[in-house]
Amino acid sequence: MAKLTIADLKRIREKSARENSLRNGPAAIKITVHMGTCGIAAGARAVMNALMEEMAVSDRDDIRVVNSGCQSMCSSEPNVTVEIRDSEPIFYQHMDANKMRQVFKRHVLQGEVQTDFAMAKM
Amino acid sequence: MRELSLHLLDIVENGLSAGASLIEMTVEEDRRADSLTISVSDNGRGMPPEKLKNPADPFITSRTVRRVGLGLSLLAAATRRCNGRLVIDSLPGKGTKVSASFQHSHIDRSPLGDVAGTLATLIMGNPDVDFAYTHRIDGNEFSLDTREIKADMPDLSLQDPAVIVHLTETIRTNLNQLAAAPSQ
Repeated sequence: MAKLTIADLKRIREKSARENSLRNGPAAIKITVHMGTCGIAAGARAVMNALMEEMAVSDRDDIRVVNSGCQSMCSSEPNVTVEIRDSEPIFYQHMDANKMRQVFKRHVLQGEVQTDFAMAKM
Repeated sequence: MRELSLHLLDIVENGLSAGASLIEMTVEEDRRADSLTISVSDNGRGMPPEKLKNPADPFITSRTVRRVGLGLSLLAAATRRCNGRLVIDSLPGKGTKVSASFQHSHIDRSPLGDVAGTLATLIMGNPDVDFAYTHRIDGNEFSLDTREIKADMPDLSLQDPAVIVHLTETIRTNLNQLAAAPSQ
């Protein structure tokens, strides 16, 4: 019978120690990964996992990631919406892990909308 | 779906839409009985009686964007394809339990896939919900419970992506060890 041990948790805490503690303040950037049945079947989980890895490396504490359900744009799933404060939300479609990393590095971190992947401004 | 862990993610999302604050998941692999069962129990608002009569009917749904909900009907089809079945118990106001069974060795039975990735997505995306996961293979078991993690290490933030990345790796390692362990 095995379960996650205190030793496991200590190791996780050590590996993920960072200088800024995560504040629960208002986020400047919200990223929504759509995770309805259509999104999941199309590969949204891989997009979410890639996003989490990029966020871990970026060490930013003003970005929030949320899941939402199907937005009825099923044929273009996986879809991701990026909302940066004071900018128009951008709806990205046909996302995969690689495109998510690119959108994160260029749009989320540097403000450069990746128009090739975007369907619309919301 | 390509992996059973994606069905797991999908059914848990149903529990989350039903307002659950605790979701318990079990994966049970019994190679001697040649069965694989996935169950998800939530403490959400439960299913209305007309849905319970025919749970795999995609047109009876609580969704409002479109009056079609595919998750349960896709899962039901997957179980039927593998000599299994879908069993649902629900009590309005108390919660719902979905149990999907499959013949383990059936050629059409999708692989379990990346369960750690599914758990990571759920834990990170739902800070106010607790998740308990138990995986049994032939008498060996691995479990995790976010309530225990929070109690044992309250300063570990489960929303911190760095923590989630390392937690995912730890779960993956534990599940690989579980799969390689000799049967009891």
